[in-house]
Order: sequence, then C-alpha cells, then structure tokens
Amino acid sequence: MFKKILIANRGEIAVRVIRACHEMGISAVAVYSDVDRASLHVRKADEAYPVGPAAAKESYLNIDKIISVAKQSGADAIHPGYGFLSENAQFARACADAGVKFIGPTAAAMDAMGSKTRARKAMEKAGVPFVPGTSRGLDSFEQAQAVAERIGYPVMLKAAAGGGGKGMRLVHSPDELKSSLEGAQSEAERAFGDGEVYLEKAIVNPRHIEMQVFADEHGHTVYLGERECSLQRRHQKVVEEAPSPIVDPDMRRRMGETAVRVAQSAGYTNAGTVEFLVDQQKNFYFLEMNTRLQVEHPVTELITGLDLVHLQIHIANGEHLPFRQEEVNIRGHSIECRIYAEDPENNYFPSPGKITLLLAPSGPGIRRDSGMYEGWTVPMDYDPLLAKLIGYGTDRAQAIGRLQRALNEYFVGGIKTNISLFRRILSDQDFQAGKIDTGFLDRLLKKTRQADGHPDPGAEEAAVIAAGMFAMMGQAAAGPLERAAMESPQNVMSVHSNWKAAARRESLK
Amino acid sequence: MTYEISIDGTNHRLELSQIEGRWACRLDGREIEVDAVLARPDVISLRLGNKAYEVKCERAGSDLHLWVGSVRYEAEVRDPRSLRSRARAVDDHGPRKLTAPMPGKVVRILLREGAEVDAGTGVLVVEAMKMQNEVKSPKKGKIQKIVVREGAAVNAGDVLGIVE
Repeated sequence: MFKKILIANRGEIAVRVIRACHEMGISAVAVYSDVDRASLHVRKADEAYPVGPAAAKESYLNIDKIISVAKQSGADAIHPGYGFLSENAQFARACADAGVKFIGPTAAAMDAMGSKTRARKAMEKAGVPFVPGTSRGLDSFEQAQAVAERIGYPVMLKAAAGGGGKGMRLVHSPDELKSSLEGAQSEAERAFGDGEVYLEKAIVNPRHIEMQVFADEHGHTVYLGERECSLQRRHQKVVEEAPSPIVDPDMRRRMGETAVRVAQSAGYTNAGTVEFLVDQQKNFYFLEMNTRLQVEHPVTELITGLDLVHLQIHIANGEHLPFRQEEVNIRGHSIECRIYAEDPENNYFPSPGKITLLLAPSGPGIRRDSGMYEGWTVPMDYDPLLAKLIGYGTDRAQAIGRLQRALNEYFVGGIKTNISLFRRILSDQDFQAGKIDTGFLDRLLKKTRQADGHPDPGAEEAAVIAAGMFAMMGQAAAGPLERAAMESPQNVMSVHSNWKAAARRESLK
Repeated sequence: MTYEISIDGTNHRLELSQIEGRWACRLDGREIEVDAVLARPDVISLRLGNKAYEVKCERAGSDLHLWVGSVRYEAEVRDPRSLRSRARAVDDHGPRKLTAPMPGKVVRILLREGAEVDAGTGVLVVEAMKMQNEVKSPKKGKIQKIVVREGAAVNAGDVLGIVE
C-alpha cells in the first residue's frame, strides 16, 4: 500500500481525501497557494507545501511545481480530487514519468474521453445511444444549418472540449443559429483554448442522470448505481440524489451496462462517471464521461455502503475490485446540497469573506463534507463551494425531512450562502413528488418567493429583544478591557458587565 | 437602557434592564417576560414566556442582522440619547457612487471618465470566484470619475467611481 499520498487540490475535497488517507494509515501531503495557508486542508494534513500565488494557473494547475513537491515529500501517489488537474492527461503522464502513481484513469483513457467528439466515435462503435447530431466539430455555418434542419429545432451547440456550461447555446429557431454559433465558438476558444463546437438535438425538459462506474486494472468493471443531477443553475449542479426517483431496477441495469461498455471501450480504470440525458419517455442518451471522482460521490457512498475514495486508492494500488456486480446493493435514499458562498438575494453573486459564526448540523442521517471553519476568510480566488450537506434516509421522504431539519440547524454568519435556496427546493411540491428536470430550478427561481409558512409573531419580538441585548453587549465591549476580551472569545464571560455576569450565572444553572 | 429599534421598516421602543440577573423588558410599552442565556458569542438562547428561540447575530457595519430560525431580520438600533442616530436622508439627485457588489478584482473598465451612461449601463467588471459581474450605472448621466484601475482588489461596498 502507498505510504504517502499528495492531494493536489484544496477545499472540501482535499479534506475528504486526507480523511480517507488517515483512515487507511496513509500519510497525507497538502499543497496550498498563498491565500490558502489558513485553509482547512492545510490544517488537517501531515505535511504541507506552498505551491505559488493565488492564481490557480500558477499554483494548483502548475504541473511542474506539484510534481516537484511530490518528489520532495516522497509521496508515492497523487490524488487529484475534482477540478484543477483531475482530468488533465498531461498531468497523469507527468506523474507516470516521475514514478508517482496517479489515482485515476490512465492518460490514454483521459485523452479518449477528454474530447466529446472523439469520445463519441469510440462510443458509437460500442453501441452506446446518442442524442441525434454531429459526431464531429462543425466546419462551417452552412453545415450547422444543414444538420439543424435535418434533426429539427430546438438544437444545442456545445464546445467539444467543454464542461460546466461554457460554450453551450440553446438555439430555438434558424434565425438565432448564426449568432449562437459564433458566441459558442468564441466562448469555447476563451474558456478552453479550443473553439471546436458540435451540434445536437435539444431534448426538451430532460433529466440529467449519471452512472458511477469503477474499473480495476485487471479488466473488471462495475456500476454502482445512478445519481439524479437534474437540479442545476446555469448548468452547474446544485442538488443531487441517489437513487433517481424515476429509475427502476431494469432501467438501472440497462444504464449501468451501457456505462460499463463506455468505460471498457476506452480501457478505463479507477472511478468514473457516465452522464446521460434522459427524455420524458425515459430514453437515455450518452452525454459525456467524467474521468474523475465527482463532487456528488457521497450520495452513492451512502446508498451502497462503499467508500469511493478508499476504493480508488486500493485500485490505484493494483488490487482487484473487492466485490462483483451482483454484490452491489442499493439501500435507502440520499440527497446532497452544495453549500456555496453566494448571495441568493443578490442574483447569486459570489460572497467571499470572513466566517464570523458557524453552527453546523449533526444528528441521524446527516453527513457534512466541509472545507470551512469559523474565523476562516473564504478567498475570492476559487470556486465558491464551501461544503456539502448530505442527508440519508430509509426512503426519499425521510431523507428530505432530515435535510430540512439539518438546514435549519446550519448557520453560516458573516458571509452569504445559498442555504435558503435548499429550503425552498426541499419544500417544493414538485420536488417532493420527484417531478424534476434540468429546467426545474430556473422555474422555481422565477416564481415569486412566498414566505416560509406563517411566520411566528413571537419571532420578530425575539429579534427585537435580542437586538437590544446584542447592542448592550456591543457597548460594554467598547472599553479597553473588554476589547482585549473580545479578541479571545472564550474570555468574553469574564468581563465585567451585568449582561455577561447574568449570562454566566445562567449558564451555570 | 432604552433603544429605538427598527426592524424591516417597523419602529419599536425597547426598554431593557437587569436587576440581580433577571431581565426586565418592555416592548412598545408592553411588559414581556424574558429569560436569556448567551450560548456563545453572537448566539442568544431566549425564552419569551415559555417559548424558546435561538437568535443568531451578524454585525454589518452599524446594523445588526438577527436570525430567528431561518428568517433574517435587519435591525437598526438607536440609542435615543446619542446624536449619531439621526436618520440620514437619501438623496437621489446629484452624484451617485458606483460600488463593488462583492469583494473581488476589477478585471475590466468598460467606459472612460466623461462617457454618457443610462441607468443600467455596465461601467466596470468585477471578478470573484470565477464569476464576472458588471457594475452598472445607478442613473442616467455622465461618468465623473473612475477611482480604481484594472487589476485592483476591491471589497464589497468600495467606491469604484462616480456618476453624476
């Protein structure tokens, strides 16, 4: 087994992988940029190395630097997390050249899947169903016009090198095609350095359902069930769940077997995810394969009882898959909420800053994968994902109830988060009925917001009274003695003020 | 202590005092039975009669944000004896500030000083967490001043320019 693993990432996923390392008796090496010295992953690691300035290009995406830290620290493997270098074939190759095991697929498998159009060619041979469209990048506007006419509007333009919604355009009618094509091409060029764009039929109100696969290095590939990821805003996932409310055992088997064929056609190893678009008749079409551990992997872990990061490490170590397909059982229901530092009342603008107060939920059926802590300043330089709150229950209704309860316990003060959005989603009747598709969230956000039930008139009274009490405390804290005490919160109680004295007496009751 | 507290636009008069650790509380002239424990800094466990509330506090400049359950109340607390607590009139005429909507970096300045703008015209682009956001003019007029350069780091609320 590996002795030491370098985690080439930050935030909650770095913490997640460090925990897995420690559970397996493996030493964990963190890397951090200048603005991440105080980040949680550095606090949790056994060794930590600076890798450069805040800009990801010069730190977390700096292949030479990360390989040199791997050598310096004596790490025998690298876990890339998700994002950053996780799907970078050049990085996987650099790891191999340096004699460090990359925990993920081979560079060749990544190359095969990295370009959506190239992946498509391999898949068609393996009999994988596709949304009608071009399997290659478009050469000209005239070609786009001809293909769109043949398959019928609406059509979707997509960047071949794409992901995350960049370089994507929905085209409703022929007169929008030219400007959309140019827009998609230039956006793709800017985002990925590759302006190749292809075109396919747009499925109206589709679901986005993906299948987790795992392959060892000895030719065994299994699927671990699906995740429903239809709740998206600007093509970014917001809520994921497993199993999908609409997938029955037969559909799961058919999707799973298709996903396994996809993986095998690319000689895939380690963890991967095959994404499908599902139409209203439950036909599923291959969308793309993500050659990494997904953000939403915990929902699969909860319903299968497997630890996917442990499994990744064992497989990278050359071991056989420790179970067969027939032994994979799905039990219960799990839902994940992605907690982002963004302001729901200000068009979901990012909201970095200092976390002044953090009250975290716990209790039955609640898992929290977090990269934040109270007193930490969320840097402005990276993705706004702070934490994932995952609920588990015997069935979907119980999982929803537990998450709603946990969301009411969750409090992040000092910055804005999207926690209130999840209260809206989880209490929505269509969501509770499992009637969701990729347009669900946009429709929900357009609805005028109704008050959360009947507000308790006592709550406003409580707010007024508490405001007065906090104001009194603020005044008491203005003197020099009190100011010193403020800086170390544990001592607040020892300061002379009636309020504090009273609070202290109360707390001793 | 007596406070004037406005919460979401409604004004309240709150009298609070402590006698031997017990609270006396009068809200808008009405006596209320209150029992409070400071659970930790910025968190009060409050009992109004036998009803229990956990109130969380965020400080935003001179305002307090109070959270009761999942509902947020914005409170402005005034001590009537203090001279500072006079309501400030908001003037919609004359120069208006362009302010940063969030902490981030100024990545582009779209218009120069002297340019004519309509309300809603994008003037600068601020980027944070991989997201770019246009700072738009709050009114029709002319850009009098841009006080930041491209590449500058800014905090939420920082003045970036003036439109008059």
